[in-house]
Amino acid sequence: MSDITELGVAAIRDGVAKGEFTAVEAAEAFNANVAAGRALNAFIVETPEMAIEAAKAIDADKAAGKPLGKMAGVPIGMKDLFCTEGVQSTAGSKILEGFIPQYESTVSANLWKAGAGMLGKLNMDQFAMGSSNETSHFGNVLSPWRIQGSNHDLVPGGSSGGSASVVAARLCPGATGTDTGGSIRQPAAFTGITGIKPTYGRCSRWGVVAFASSLDQAGSLAHDVRDCAIMLEAMAGFDPKDTTSLDAQVPDWEAALSSDLKGKKVGIPKEYRMDGMDGEIEALWQKGIELLTDAGAQIVDISLPHTKYALPAYYIIAPAEASSNLARYDGVRYGLRDLPDGAGLQDMYAVTRAAGFGSEVKRRIMIGTYVLSAGFYDAYYTQAQKIRTLIAQDFEKAWEKCDVILAPSTPTAAFAPGEQSDNPLAMYLNDVFAVPASMAGLPAMSVPAGLNKDGLPLGLQIIGKAMDEQSVLNAGLAIEERADFTARPEKWW
Amino acid sequence: MSVDKETVMKIARLSRIAISDAEAESMVPELNAILGWVEQLAEVDVSGVEPTTAVIPNKLRLREDKVTDGDVREKVLANAPARENGFFGVPKVIE
Repeated sequence: MSDITELGVAAIRDGVAKGEFTAVEAAEAFNANVAAGRALNAFIVETPEMAIEAAKAIDADKAAGKPLGKMAGVPIGMKDLFCTEGVQSTAGSKILEGFIPQYESTVSANLWKAGAGMLGKLNMDQFAMGSSNETSHFGNVLSPWRIQGSNHDLVPGGSSGGSASVVAARLCPGATGTDTGGSIRQPAAFTGITGIKPTYGRCSRWGVVAFASSLDQAGSLAHDVRDCAIMLEAMAGFDPKDTTSLDAQVPDWEAALSSDLKGKKVGIPKEYRMDGMDGEIEALWQKGIELLTDAGAQIVDISLPHTKYALPAYYIIAPAEASSNLARYDGVRYGLRDLPDGAGLQDMYAVTRAAGFGSEVKRRIMIGTYVLSAGFYDAYYTQAQKIRTLIAQDFEKAWEKCDVILAPSTPTAAFAPGEQSDNPLAMYLNDVFAVPASMAGLPAMSVPAGLNKDGLPLGLQIIGKAMDEQSVLNAGLAIEERADFTARPEKWW
Repeated sequence: MSVDKETVMKIARLSRIAISDAEAESMVPELNAILGWVEQLAEVDVSGVEPTTAVIPNKLRLREDKVTDGDVREKVLANAPARENGFFGVPKVIE
């Protein structure tokens, strides 16, 4: 094998199983790329020895003729939102710098059980709050992509920006992500890779640092649809330790992959065609319609009337939940403590939190505190939760007419660091197409489908019914096979 | 609805985040921009609509009433910024 790092999850798993190369060879190859890719600042902690250790166990199992798991021999990157036993887990924050979990998150444990190994912990927007990876305490993650002929940096998207960057740059064949309001799909779209968030409750949230508990959901980022399916299958499953975990069988998504969409109906929501929509995004969407038609699907127009309210409602609900979840960072049980001389307990809380949280996190905690405070709760929070019901009902009605929905993943291609960071509202608009599916808990994925005039990747989004990841994956596969997206970032790092 | 500096200071207090006068001053327009933008939600007719409690129907499970965890004091305290005699250490609370 010439270069194992050219391979994706399925090809590595199959190569190891067939004996074309060993798991240790695969781990060594990716460890080398990780070490050579530090200019991307995508890792907070590198764990090359853990990748090797996991690989040795796989090679030993194979030699002993034992059955191998569905991720056997595949080294991956782990978003730093997942607690990993004995390995620092910070959620990209200062307040958790130095925090060493004494337990393993269910999702990461599931991956190790399936035979995956860990290359390291991936940088991310602080507490998953951000769309550009500019809010991490550990510095900005950079995208491997650049505008053709330019040497200026671009953001990888966020909050799973480290995850997207390492896959696009081939430092990892796959990476975990989490999606609260687009944090898997938007970075996948920005970096020309594939990313899926499953139905809310498919992946356990146990051991995942909480941002907005009713929205947070883990998923996978990888080179293609098949790789995403394999990895998601390994991550998902019922977990009694998470009360919102779904007690449902995880289907064999990989085995049922099919890009034949005959008899399937694809909905095109007219409300996603927004005023001032970028012409290139509109053209890409049209191309998606043609590709899915070619795959045998029937295109139907649908309406999701409350689409425009999804993003503002999200920016009440998510900060409200965050303000409650992040109350645990108090300088008492773990994480940073800042105790000025002579200060009491209340001062310690306030000073610790002022020093430990970044400005976007503070902004969201304060918005959340405000909308939950006495006198404002009904006007903001209850109203937003009612609108959330209407958004979910919009989708329910749409499913009477179609099986999946096709939409753009993002309103633009990737931008430069600093371009939107002064204006929180402009930054929030990155997720305008992603948030409605999050609000309704639906599975959704982004598939790379073309380049813009600057040579930067653009993604198409497929949204499916609750529990129907298969239709999402299949429609994604139909786009992937026909879009023939082979562009790659030119190596500069 | 919009916030002024005093309200921002009050929210910061409720959030247990220390902020300076200057920081509060600069947060006023930031928070007002966001609050002004979410204001559009008020125009939606929500009469007869129940607020969402769970996006995906799920039922609360019961488990057997037996101890499944515990006896992990060292693990619980492993990341404590301050500890004393097997407890978390905090500054004096009662004068």
